[in-house]
Amino acid sequence: MDRLAFLLATGLARGLVIALFALSLVIIWRAARIVNFAQAAMAIVAVYVAFAVTQATGSFWLGLAAALVTGALVGAVVERWLIRLVPSGTPLPGMIVAIGLVMILQSAISIIFGPKHRPMAAPFSEQPFTVGGVAVLSPYDLFILLVALGVVAALGLLFNGTTLGLQMRASAMAPEVSRLLGVRVPRMITLGWMLSSGVAALAVLLLVPTELGLNAHSADILFVHAFTVAVLGGLDSPSGALVGGIVVGILISLVTGFLGAGLAPIAVLVLLTVVLLVRPGGIFAAKEARTA
Amino acid sequence: MTTPTETPASTTTRTMLAVDGLTVGYAGAPVIDGMRLEVPHGAVVALLGANGAGKTTLLRTISGLVPPRAGRIELDGQDLSALSVEDRVRQGLAQVPEGRSVVSELTVEENLHLGALWKIPGRAARRDAVAEVYETFEPLARRRRSMGHQLSGGERQMLALARALVARPRVLLLDEPSLGLAPRVVAQLFSILRDTAGRTGLTVLLAEQNVTSALSIADRGVVLGLGEIVADAPAAEIAADPALRHAYLGF
Repeated sequence: MDRLAFLLATGLARGLVIALFALSLVIIWRAARIVNFAQAAMAIVAVYVAFAVTQATGSFWLGLAAALVTGALVGAVVERWLIRLVPSGTPLPGMIVAIGLVMILQSAISIIFGPKHRPMAAPFSEQPFTVGGVAVLSPYDLFILLVALGVVAALGLLFNGTTLGLQMRASAMAPEVSRLLGVRVPRMITLGWMLSSGVAALAVLLLVPTELGLNAHSADILFVHAFTVAVLGGLDSPSGALVGGIVVGILISLVTGFLGAGLAPIAVLVLLTVVLLVRPGGIFAAKEARTA
Repeated sequence: MTTPTETPASTTTRTMLAVDGLTVGYAGAPVIDGMRLEVPHGAVVALLGANGAGKTTLLRTISGLVPPRAGRIELDGQDLSALSVEDRVRQGLAQVPEGRSVVSELTVEENLHLGALWKIPGRAARRDAVAEVYETFEPLARRRRSMGHQLSGGERQMLALARALVARPRVLLLDEPSLGLAPRVVAQLFSILRDTAGRTGLTVLLAEQNVTSALSIADRGVVLGLGEIVADAPAAEIAADPALRHAYLGF
């Protein structure tokens, strides 16, 4: 019973990081109708910058700010000078270019920094609190929880409560009509990329202290899990990403705890297969609204 | 914007929209070939012609969605060639594209605010402008919280028109607003259009297959045939010319 409670709590914290990364995939899908396969590699670049800033200043918070800013900049650069040049009639060229970008970024990082894992310290203790003799969330897990909920709330406010969000939604759904209404659609798409890769960088930054350390491939598994979550929740649904992330996080935690770590990736893929068979649009996907 | 001293006592004949030597082609033979057209300030001009005559292409070229091969497009004397679609909108050019261009996933209210955003950034002022539009387009006021895809065909076209008007454009390009709508709804839309043009001095270029309805509200009719203007005359004259109707308008 104690073990179950502990596994559930760990799964929740791990799931929130996955949810945050999945949310970044949802943002870019909503802003530009593209699945960005380079999301993890781009985020790793930003986290290396954050790592350097934290090393130089000793402050985790400056590193966090650096990750957000660099993440957003990388997103803008990739959109403006790479993806915009790719023909956008079909999704395939964009995907291939993104996969190529992953290879270039990961090789470049490995060449510059080597293959070794660089440990990153969490800003809060990772020792779990015990409640009634049962180990539950650590302070760092609580921090992740607050950050994830804060990001979800802020994004909800941006998309549904501001005119910028209105323009971003319109640009994604009806680019030509939006241009005819004076919306600067290319700018909105760049902003969507910046927002998305900023959130992705944040998710990876939160993940790294709980893992082995920072390496060119630190976020690969996170991307696979988050992609599962995005499909699970529907690429269009922020709340789907949040709930899906927690479900996958807890699934991984339970399978690892009770059946062994080797089975966890298989469990995630089984879940993905089942969802694709039963509800290919995702569990939380809205009914297809667009007919024209 | 305009300097009255430049055009003394000639406000009624001031050219609002001008196209000169315009040639447009996607590939191969041009869809529009060396076209010249002038629309005076405040006029409602019906752009008529069969399918494939080049009506939609002409409108899309004026609004900037299709780049021309050659020629000039001027809005109130200003050359538009170098301006993007978004910047032409900011000069007062509005287009309602073919096919009820409502953003289905946004509400009626959001669609209207979107139309007004570039012109009226302040929230309160924008709300006033939208409220004013609701007065003209009453059926929309009752559906302000509905999503675009929940509207009927007539309501969608009404919303598309209202959304174009909320930013008070100087020139409005309309592409087949009557498509698939009941005659009564078409009459209602066209009478709103006529009223607005009469009241505000809005210049309208109206591409239509529904020749009778279009000519009934237009001052002038321009008939296109295979990318060229084959007739340009007062609306009543075109409506009364059986040879022209037979040859180019199919009835």
